Amino acid sequence: MNGILDINLQDFFYIVSAALFVFGLKMMQKSESARKGNLISAIGMLVAVITALLGSQILNWQWILLGLAIGSLIGALSSRLVAMTAMPEMVALFNGFGGMASLLVSWSAFHQLYTSGELATSPWNQMVIISLTLLIGGVTFTGSLIAWGKLSGKLTTRPVLFPGQNIVNFLILLALLTAILYLGPLQGVLLNYQNGILSPYSIFIIIMVLSGILGILSVIPIGGGDMPVVISLLNSYSGMAACAAGFVISNNVLIVSGALVGSSGIILTNIMCKAMNRSLTNVLFSGFGAASTGKRKNKDQQGEVKALSVEDAYYLLEAAASVVIVPGYGMAVAQAQHIVQEIAQLLEENGAEVDFAIHPVAGRMPGHMNVLLAEAKVPYDKLREMDDINPRIDQVDVAVVIGANDVVNPAARTDKDSPLYGMPVINVEKAKTVIVLKRSMNTGFAGIDNPLFYMDNTRMLFGDAKATLQALVSELKSK
Amino acid sequence: MLLIFVLVLSTFLGFEIIAKVPSQLHTPLMSGSNAISGITIVGALVSLTGALGTGDSTIQIALGTAAVVFATINVVGGYMVTERMLAMFTKKEKKE
Repeated sequence: MNGILDINLQDFFYIVSAALFVFGLKMMQKSESARKGNLISAIGMLVAVITALLGSQILNWQWILLGLAIGSLIGALSSRLVAMTAMPEMVALFNGFGGMASLLVSWSAFHQLYTSGELATSPWNQMVIISLTLLIGGVTFTGSLIAWGKLSGKLTTRPVLFPGQNIVNFLILLALLTAILYLGPLQGVLLNYQNGILSPYSIFIIIMVLSGILGILSVIPIGGGDMPVVISLLNSYSGMAACAAGFVISNNVLIVSGALVGSSGIILTNIMCKAMNRSLTNVLFSGFGAASTGKRKNKDQQGEVKALSVEDAYYLLEAAASVVIVPGYGMAVAQAQHIVQEIAQLLEENGAEVDFAIHPVAGRMPGHMNVLLAEAKVPYDKLREMDDINPRIDQVDVAVVIGANDVVNPAARTDKDSPLYGMPVINVEKAKTVIVLKRSMNTGFAGIDNPLFYMDNTRMLFGDAKATLQALVSELKSK
Repeated sequence: MLLIFVLVLSTFLGFEIIAKVPSQLHTPLMSGSNAISGITIVGALVSLTGALGTGDSTIQIALGTAAVVFATINVVGGYMVTERMLAMFTKKEKKE
């Protein structure tokens, strides 16, 4: 069943496509060329799709067209409509869809072998590959759905823990391993393979269901504050799933691009873990932030919370010669990035030097704050990384913390009992005055109390960040 | 074996390239690489074009079509959203 392109030409075009992916990613290293890089990568994808279509006789063209049309419509609409603040949810969901697609490819391959009666004679390594694709695809899909639910607030952001969780996970992994062995290397050994209690097809379905459960169980114990790690990891999984699907259909371009995405996700995961001073195992299994900090509360609440009126905040900022704004996820929730930029501009017109300090894990995905502030047209050179701002923060007159909590928690440096201890944070409390914009005295996403709020030089500005900032803007404009 | 060779080399290549991407671009990097993981669309198409076999059973058509839908969402949505983000980044740079 040959198509227009013979096998050599197909291989050639797949190599071209893989090379375009590599170039595209390489151009992502510079912000000037990143946009072109994305385009080149998209062209690579187009080459791969056309090659696949011309590679063999097209039996089901009407279904292919239908699938492409529905997928393009949903993809285009959602990418247009999504708010920049909701980007983490969107990426989590897309990761899941990638995993689902790989799962379905593996299922289709299995079904074809089953119906054609080739199952019993197919080599064991092929069965292992099909099962592994199913496993990785399933874990990616349900894991991403849970991550999406947590990020969009549809599920609790608290870690969900139950007794014996790790034992249950271990048993599921064991069952999965057994099932894969049974489908793969042991199929010839077990005589009852074809007529046994469990048909190969039911084992296949069992692997699918167990992978789905494993995906759910591995993401629910992870708290909201750790989501940047989780979506990086799921990003990596979606690449590995594509890579495994490449082994199923023996296609190099899937393996190359899957591996690129897989390693990209691992690097981002690693960067996120380092920024929190924690190991990946700690993130995945510790249920970070689940135990509420009951006993610590007494210790920390020695100082008293000093609330501030908008007018007082205006006088503080008006007199400041240098201001550092530390945004966090709360700014995204309040959709306050535009008004933050307006304030920064007004303060600059007033003669102050204004910088933005971005913690690597601020927000819910790597680089989240940069995207939001770019949307609000904050110039690049105003965005400072944590290591850049910390050495000179003691010369700053006013640090304004907008919806950030854990990334400015001084307990990470001072309190050995704090779950955050050892995490690099932005040392805002060393500024002369700290203004913290906060909805209420509730603990942050990770559920950890913050001694910063009780410090002598801290002033709390309670209320919705956007409304508060709006009021501040009119103060600044009127005077 | 050759396929594993390809896997190992591309993984190292991936580490080399990605490690140099600045933190500023991590979100577009993630959505862009996410779109690349939609390459599984090739597998989905191949399962429908009949390259895997007869490909005419109802179940296989259903599975293949669903795979094409999911992979296409991933590809089209991923690239478009990355473009949308990067457009904001570059526009600002021209201003400076």
